[in-house]
Amino acid sequence: MSAQPRSLFEKVWAAHAVRTLANGQTQLLIGTHLIHEVTSPQAFGMLRDLGLQVAFPHRTFATVDHIVPTNELVEPYRDPLAQAMMDELRKNCAQFGVTFFDRASGKQGIVHIVGPEQGITQPGTTIACGDSHTSTHGAFGAIAFGIGTSQVRDVLATQTMALGALKVRRIEVNGKLRPGVYAKDVILHIIRQLGVNGGTGFAYEYAGSTFDAFSMEERMTVCNMSIEGGARVGYVNPDETTFAYLKGRPYSPTGDAWDAAVARWRSFASDPGCRYDDVVRIDAADIAPSVTWGINPGQGIAITENIPSPETAATDDDRAGIIEALAYMKLPAGQPIKGTKINVAFLGSCTNGRLSDFQEVAKYIQGRKVAPGVRAIAVPGSQIVALQCEKLGLDKILAEAGFEWRAAGCSMCLAMNPDKLIGDELCASSSNRNFKGRQGSVTGRTVLMSPVMVAAAAVTGVVADAREVFAVN
Amino acid sequence: MALAKITSVTGRGVYVPGNDIDTDRIIPARFMKCVTFDGLGEFLFHDVRHTPEGAPTGHPIDQPAHKGASILLSGANFGCGSSREHAPQAIHKAGFRAVIAENFAEIFFGNSTTLGIPCVNAAREDIARVAAAIERDPSLEITVDVAALEVRFGADSIKITQRESARDALVNGRWDAIGDLIDGLPAVHATAARLPYLATA
Ligand code: SF4
Repeated sequence: MSAQPRSLFEKVWAAHAVRTLANGQTQLLIGTHLIHEVTSPQAFGMLRDLGLQVAFPHRTFATVDHIVPTNELVEPYRDPLAQAMMDELRKNCAQFGVTFFDRASGKQGIVHIVGPEQGITQPGTTIACGDSHTSTHGAFGAIAFGIGTSQVRDVLATQTMALGALKVRRIEVNGKLRPGVYAKDVILHIIRQLGVNGGTGFAYEYAGSTFDAFSMEERMTVCNMSIEGGARVGYVNPDETTFAYLKGRPYSPTGDAWDAAVARWRSFASDPGCRYDDVVRIDAADIAPSVTWGINPGQGIAITENIPSPETAATDDDRAGIIEALAYMKLPAGQPIKGTKINVAFLGSCTNGRLSDFQEVAKYIQGRKVAPGVRAIAVPGSQIVALQCEKLGLDKILAEAGFEWRAAGCSMCLAMNPDKLIGDELCASSSNRNFKGRQGSVTGRTVLMSPVMVAAAAVTGVVADAREVFAVN
Repeated sequence: MALAKITSVTGRGVYVPGNDIDTDRIIPARFMKCVTFDGLGEFLFHDVRHTPEGAPTGHPIDQPAHKGASILLSGANFGCGSSREHAPQAIHKAGFRAVIAENFAEIFFGNSTTLGIPCVNAAREDIARVAAAIERDPSLEITVDVAALEVRFGADSIKITQRESARDALVNGRWDAIGDLIDGLPAVHATAARLPYLATA
């Protein structure tokens, strides 16, 4: 074997490559398969039609997240379609022997929060899930793919899928983030800089001293939105922070197996001097608290900047994009985004629905009140996150401030449950997508930002600079 | 399973202009509350085809002249966003058998190929040329020749490109990998046996 230095992507790929298929793609072994109620029923249906079994049921884990109501927990749900999806998942898991983190288990939550929380997400592994934000799991040094339903079927039936290798772009962020700047701002900055399809064909390797200093939760926030930059996967090399997070989790190895696992996990990290297809360097000091003004996550600006105007567009495409976005968002070209009236504040999602997100918000919002007329909801990403927050009394702090404290689920991130925008309401949201109609109303408007910025918007009733509102410096 | 060899698709075309047409626009999330893909076709582009009050907006695919079109043309970064296969399923169920765009989002492209829907890339000027020809004569027959990598319409033609692995899979009837993957199961178990985390607990 050559001692050629390799990236984590290459090593994980090589360890999981089963064989080369006739069309040149690789049959790639998927170590961990995560499923949820929206994209799995049709796949199980196809499996039944073909008379196949789940090949590795012990490596398949299910949860329910997208359709669950966050305020009325009793079944049957008011929405019969939601109940049908719930029943279907339950039936499929029982029939095929798949572990299901149902609400009764106390471990239910958004699939990308449950995997890490349970210690199922591990370094040097491959993960697939019928959900584009599967890239989240890359925070642990896993190669984690969002896949379509036919591929869910492939993974159920064979624990593999057909895939071409990706190029690797290293994105290095170095230095200390300025006060009031969060992981969410880092990824919004990256997407703005590289574009919403800049990552096509790439795996993103996030590195540099900023990432070294990040907690696992911060790394997850960044990896989560890799897909918003067009990258199929994003990852951070595993290090002591990763191992410390995993120690003692339900699915983490124990005893001697733990030490062996850590040694193995460490060996997957990219070798110094390995080759990258591209390298991008960013200075952490250049990143500001960011917000989106448009209808894709690349349409973002620093909170201190003005909304772009069509005249300043560099290309015809940009101009058309700005005109379309501003018409939809009903925002004035060339004016400050700061001061834009909001109607709804949403804290939650697989991007920013973890303990540290609510802790950070609670720290600032304690003793403040949500502005009159603003509907504010806080939705923990999992039942465990909910419990952690409740133990610390964060739910009380948020409730006293005027946030409704809800039960775990995707909620208003994509509004497949009853949490929806109404009409053209504008939502300050800690989620990851601001597409037209994303939050459940065809004319609803989304402004993406960090949780603390959502809190600042909630208490002022307008898009605001959290550093000013909360005197952060 | 013998799959059809998809070497070309012939039919009438419809042009849906715009870049970054995302999966939420192709099929809004509320229509994904289903346990089968049947019936998704009618919800294709739903919120662009209807006003919030439900009135038709005169979207290109609803224009009588384009009824029955089977080739969809669009702009750059088509299908960005979610991994939902509901998006290409809706396109397929609405009767479309090929998509021509400047380029495609990765997951959407893979999902479509697996369903046997060729997604082919063309230069913007060339797409505009096809679109103009459709505008002049909506009944114009268009052939997306995946094997020869060109689109022919009337006396005119344009060059297209497609990722080689996808082209190969389509023209050789290997676009759905399941059969191949199942054939590899013995090798899958051998690979799994070398990975400690896959050991049966
Ligand atoms: S929180 Fe939002 S982005 Fe995350 S899995 Fe749920 S719907 Fe998808």
